[in-house]
Amino acid sequence: MSKSCLVVDDSKVIRKVARHILESMAFAVEEAADGQEALTFCRANRPDVILLDWNMPVMSGMEFLGAFNDLDYGHEERPRVVFCTTENSIDHIRAAIEAGADEYVMKPFDRETLEGKLQLVGVA
Amino acid sequence: MMGGSASESAYRVLMGVLESRTGQTLSPSRIWRIEMSLKPVMQRHNIADLDALVAALVTSNSRQLLDDTVDAMLNNETYFYREYSLFDDIAATVLDKLREINKLRRRLTIWHCGVSTGQEAYSLAMLIAEQGEKWAGWQVDIVGTDVSYHAISRARVGLYSQFEIQRGLPVQRMVRWFDQTEGGWLVKADIRRRIDFSVQNMLTDRPPLASPADLIFCRNLLLYFSAPMRQKAFAKLRTMAAPQSFLVLGAGETVLGQTDQFVASPRLRGLYEPADQQVRRAAAA
Repeated sequence: MSKSCLVVDDSKVIRKVARHILESMAFAVEEAADGQEALTFCRANRPDVILLDWNMPVMSGMEFLGAFNDLDYGHEERPRVVFCTTENSIDHIRAAIEAGADEYVMKPFDRETLEGKLQLVGVA
Repeated sequence: MMGGSASESAYRVLMGVLESRTGQTLSPSRIWRIEMSLKPVMQRHNIADLDALVAALVTSNSRQLLDDTVDAMLNNETYFYREYSLFDDIAATVLDKLREINKLRRRLTIWHCGVSTGQEAYSLAMLIAEQGEKWAGWQVDIVGTDVSYHAISRARVGLYSQFEIQRGLPVQRMVRWFDQTEGGWLVKADIRRRIDFSVQNMLTDRPPLASPADLIFCRNLLLYFSAPMRQKAFAKLRTMAAPQSFLVLGAGETVLGQTDQFVASPRLRGLYEPADQQVRRAAAA
């Protein structure tokens, strides 16, 4: 069965690029335009990995992560979270790790980088 | 025609220069890239095309031009934790085995031959640093050598771009072992000081090892050598290896049919050991 990825980004272009890369890696891809949409999706579904932007309207990536950490997945493994953002300072990266992110991709990125990060979190 | 617009004799001279300086040959898949690889060198030295470059190499006696030309033809591809599972194995079992073998003299020597810009050597240094107390009181020397002076200069500095830092390096290690600077991501001094980098031709130079190497990394280098050069290279690796040591090759490389100096390790999967040592162990058993 193919792995699933939820792409959370307010940029339609980024979502399209990410979808293109992920589908070429045989991922089933779902999209959300902000943290709130992503949270609604995650309350009903369990993607294997979430590709998460930082700055988004309605609910930011960090706000999403705070609420996401409270979700109960029971016996199932918690989805992996990979930040994917232009916020490239070490302070942002540290904050994301402390908030529970499993990996961090700095934009811009290429397919190989994303694939490598997904391998590191064990979903590719 | 072998490559782009230059004459065949120009390509032959360039390939000859590369082989005589490094022992490496150019596979057909790399020949077509010569012109592209050498473009920055020609621009820097104000040279119009490959034929003019060859003429300048033959007539000018410029050491800098020769170094730049050879450097540009080398493949310096590398990245952090290249083949992550290998580094996992090294952290989980190989280093423990080496500690056991060397427990009396409490000394470990690692030689990374063909270290390029340093990412894999730094990955090893990070593994050892993360094992902290296990290596307290040990002298651990990591030596990285490469024929490319440009690559070694970069390795010594330990500064990597955003693209390079994201290739293979887990984010936890990135924030632990790197500082973010205006020029990029700089390996912390505690890791940098653990490695001695130097420009060396592995076929002709003697690496600056304080004692025979207990672990040798020589990955994705021998594939660029012709069969006779490769045999010479294996002999050199054996000369520099401690009796009970391990050799790590690239994922697609093997000793089978290449040399009788090393054999697959019966103790550690994917690694190689000096063949004479295995014979000795078998005789003693």
